[in-house]
Amino acid sequence: MSKRISVKDLNVFYGDFKAVEDVTLDIAPRSVTAFIGPSGCGKSTFLRTLNRMHEVIPGARVEGDVLLDGDNLYGPGVDPVTVRSRIGMVFQRANPFPTMSIRDNVLAGVKLNNKRISSSDADDLVERSLRGANLWKEVKDRLQKPGSGLSGGQQQRLCIARAIAVEPEVILMDEPCSALDPISTMAIEDLIAELEKDYTVVIVTHNMQQAARVSERTAFFNIAGAGEPGRLIEYSDTTDIFNNPREKSTEDYVSGRFG
Amino acid sequence: MLKVDAKQHQSQLTRNRLPRFALLAVLFPAAIAAAAAATLIGFNVVLWMVFTAVLFVIGAWLITLLVEGSRHAGNRMIRYVVYGAFILALIPLVSVIWTVLERGLPGLTSNFLWTSMSGVTGAVDNRTVAEGTPVLGGAYHAIVGTLQISLVATLISVPIGLMSAIYLVEYGTGGPLSRAITFFVDVMTGIPSIVAGLFAAALFGMVFGPATRTGFVAAVALSVLMIPVVVRSTEEMLRIVPNELREASYALGVRKWRTITKVVIPTAISGIASGVTLAIARVVGETAPILVTAGFATSINWNVFSGWMASLPTFIYYQIRTPTSPTNVEPSDQRAWAAALILILFVMLLNLAARLIARFFAPRTGR
Repeated sequence: MSKRISVKDLNVFYGDFKAVEDVTLDIAPRSVTAFIGPSGCGKSTFLRTLNRMHEVIPGARVEGDVLLDGDNLYGPGVDPVTVRSRIGMVFQRANPFPTMSIRDNVLAGVKLNNKRISSSDADDLVERSLRGANLWKEVKDRLQKPGSGLSGGQQQRLCIARAIAVEPEVILMDEPCSALDPISTMAIEDLIAELEKDYTVVIVTHNMQQAARVSERTAFFNIAGAGEPGRLIEYSDTTDIFNNPREKSTEDYVSGRFG
Repeated sequence: MLKVDAKQHQSQLTRNRLPRFALLAVLFPAAIAAAAAATLIGFNVVLWMVFTAVLFVIGAWLITLLVEGSRHAGNRMIRYVVYGAFILALIPLVSVIWTVLERGLPGLTSNFLWTSMSGVTGAVDNRTVAEGTPVLGGAYHAIVGTLQISLVATLISVPIGLMSAIYLVEYGTGGPLSRAITFFVDVMTGIPSIVAGLFAAALFGMVFGPATRTGFVAAVALSVLMIPVVVRSTEEMLRIVPNELREASYALGVRKWRTITKVVIPTAISGIASGVTLAIARVVGETAPILVTAGFATSINWNVFSGWMASLPTFIYYQIRTPTSPTNVEPSDQRAWAAALILILFVMLLNLAARLIARFFAPRTGR
């Protein structure tokens, strides 16, 4: 189910402005990869290009290839909707649908696409997804209540349940814990460790301890200055990035000397 | 000893503050002085109240200035001016409702609601006045006409307005088309209603021959007035739907149009529905465009596509302008006020409906 992502010579533009330059990296299946770097260095932008979510932003475009097990996401005739149903995404701020119950939020990927699903299959899917997001025990007695009534951490896990309910191959997470307290953060990190068994997980984070805790591989992005494009500076095993970085700027960043 | 201390101790925080009764102590002299001043000109209650208000504000400002200082005095002054402005704004509203209730209620009988003016002539009214029997004839045909015309106008304007708003918010990205739509919607908001009526009359006159007057033409005229209101209110409501919800939906592999119909519109539906209801309330009382498009009738017409049709505003207009019996205008007068009352009740019900709809559709919260 889980797939490899290969990015080749990727450039991202917002109109005429080059936001990310020349990124080439390989993300292994069933692994957690963390993107770190200062704000504005293009790591979130780059993450969005992995499931073509950047296209939602007017003027954003991409040059280069992103291969999902050899299939180019940007090849001719590829429907971004198909791409997104196979590469799920979790956002910085939990965004459950306010008009839907907890159960309907989990089923959103199915129901919004008007797919027929029997009630018992739906029950199974809801339970499986919520268990997968470590939320089942907390909400199993109130599945019909609105999703917006949950706490921030629970909402974020609900969003993860919603993302895994469409059975993607890859899950992208854009700073999933930056709006959460330490206990909810720990719950999400435990969950990421679980997800790794079945999915390819890519996570953007500002929290370097978090990157060190959850990921096997870490990519460090940086910008030379304002108006310059973001670049991939260093990409290797997390332990190397934090203990034995090759680049001076990586060492400066992870040791807190700048940014 | 301790008790006495506690009593005598004056809090630093309440020093230089006016006690509550001070304002009453200003109000009574103000009222008396105002009565005296009003008598000089010729006493009446309104004059007395206005003088009292003015003197009270000045007096309250003065003693506050002396005791509490200029900042508190300014605060008090402005507060009373704001209260005064609010009361002034309420006066016309209360007065209208009072007058319409007072004059309209006697005529609001079941006979008035369920009969038309068909067969009610000047002779009938003359006999009613001479014999002192209840007024015959009613506004049934006008109520039917208003409901039909408003319904058809809504059916025309809501899809057009809704889809224009969806285009503006979800698809138009500041291009020439969306700027043109915004501009013309703004222009349409300012179109005088009689112009909308003439437009519809001319349009149908061109296609179906001159003097084509049906309820449908009136509905088209009203939708010209309604569409900009619907577009504007729907656009506002769609814009406040958080972008995060759209992104969440896209990230689940949901297509754009499904995202719009199943996520964006349901989230905004309460605001859209109440906007539409208020747009109906806005046009339901239009008189001029209906006069030139639907004409006027005294009997019931259930078909919006043929024949002249009455409506409540034109019914009121004709009953006042050309009473059924030129010598005895009282029955016509009574019918006009009763129709006005129905129209106001109609608008009130629509506003109430808008609130209920907003509450009913609002995104659920709570645990």
